[in-house]
Amino acid sequence: MSSPDFIVHDPHDSVGVAVVETIEAGRTLTGWVMETDTTITLQAKDPIPLGHKIALRDISNDETVLKYGQDIGRTVAAIGQGRHVHVHNLKTKRW
Amino acid sequence: MSTTSGKSFWGYRRENGRVGVRNHVIILPLDDLSNAASEAVANNIKGTLALPHPYGRLQFGADLELHFRTLIGTGANPNVAAVVVIGIEPGWTKRVVDGIAKTGKPVSGFSIEGHGDIATIAAASYRAKEYVHWASEKIREEAPISDLWVSVKCGESDTTSGLASNPTVGNFVDKLDALGATTCFGETSELTGAEQVCATRAASPEVAEKFLKTWSDYNDFILANKTNDLSESQPTKGNIEGGLTTIEEKAFGNLQKIGRKARFIDVLEPGEAPAKGPGLYFMDTSSAAAECVTLQAAAGFVVHLFPTGQGNVIGNPIEPVVKLSANPRTVRTMAEHIDLDVSGILRRELTLDAAGDALIDIALRTANGRLTAAEVLGHREFVLTKLYRSA
Repeated sequence: MSSPDFIVHDPHDSVGVAVVETIEAGRTLTGWVMETDTTITLQAKDPIPLGHKIALRDISNDETVLKYGQDIGRTVAAIGQGRHVHVHNLKTKRW
Repeated sequence: MSTTSGKSFWGYRRENGRVGVRNHVIILPLDDLSNAASEAVANNIKGTLALPHPYGRLQFGADLELHFRTLIGTGANPNVAAVVVIGIEPGWTKRVVDGIAKTGKPVSGFSIEGHGDIATIAAASYRAKEYVHWASEKIREEAPISDLWVSVKCGESDTTSGLASNPTVGNFVDKLDALGATTCFGETSELTGAEQVCATRAASPEVAEKFLKTWSDYNDFILANKTNDLSESQPTKGNIEGGLTTIEEKAFGNLQKIGRKARFIDVLEPGEAPAKGPGLYFMDTSSAAAECVTLQAAAGFVVHLFPTGQGNVIGNPIEPVVKLSANPRTVRTMAEHIDLDVSGILRRELTLDAAGDALIDIALRTANGRLTAAEVLGHREFVLTKLYRSA
């Protein structure tokens, strides 16, 4: 495949990471799952800045988010597939 | 690898058998009061380097021990050929001199009280001049990679760090571990969320337990002193700008730096030298870049690998800091700070294995004498860790 728009660490992850400098809402994106070396596609519903996370599926409020196949915190709002995931809807379970 | 066999490097073998990759003559102040004289000596005598810092007065207990351990360790580092120590009074100055002298390298102490700055600067300058002449005749010799001590720590990380630049360092650590090198990671607070996974990478249950106790103690300290959820402190404002949301996410990215195979064989106090032979060590450190690298240099590490996402510009006066980044914007907008661009991993143009080999290549070239971006740009952040208020 050519260069991916986003990369996913682990097939269990609920988020991927944008690795291109501009992703506009509405664009169909190609993702690379590193661990399994597979490709997925997804439509962005928000602009996703470089390095920021995109929801790979619908995630409920107060749900654990997985990245690296690991718990990286809990949602504080429901997040639709293709939406931007960051400090406005994801919080630490520590501190 | 393009320029080396990957099995050896060219360094300065010191009196105690350790091998350095730089040949510094340093002017080391014991305390804040001695910075001016130390900088004056470094100005008089070309080829010396003063290491000013803000502490050394009225410290006590574990904090004072750490102060001495850091200063003595800095002078003892094999990247340093010889040392002039300047302190306000002779007693503590001698303590630092005696600690460094155990390595067998040339070291002299000068104290200011009873002499004043000007006479002290003159006497210390004559000695520093002798040391520079002596050090300048040292010749590099070939050393096996098992003589190379490499520390790792990331900074201004973002999600590209966890995807590519930190795993590149991890690939390096796995490969060098197999060759008998000594490596070190730290950043106790920044493993929060990944501490249990990190503990599984200990070489024995005893080491795992020691690690978890060290992590718990640091975490208890943070919980006792925090006034909010640490957002914008940990993760930092820069981390958040780069897409990192929580400490857990940052921690799992951080942990990529120790690779997939290597096991850490001991847990070190801040600035403590490894004593259990070759292998990977964990050191209890702050996650602030300059504090952490200063402690790793004081423990004797001679080359530092520093992956960055958003573009941390740190250097260290005695331990060259090799910077790598996978963030395509950072490698374009801050190119002068980056020694190795691994953004190709994100475009699937570069494999992790090839990136790891490229990092070994640049690290060995650095060990052989290539100046890093941070060295050329004059980054010499020497930041002592202070544990608590002075008496």
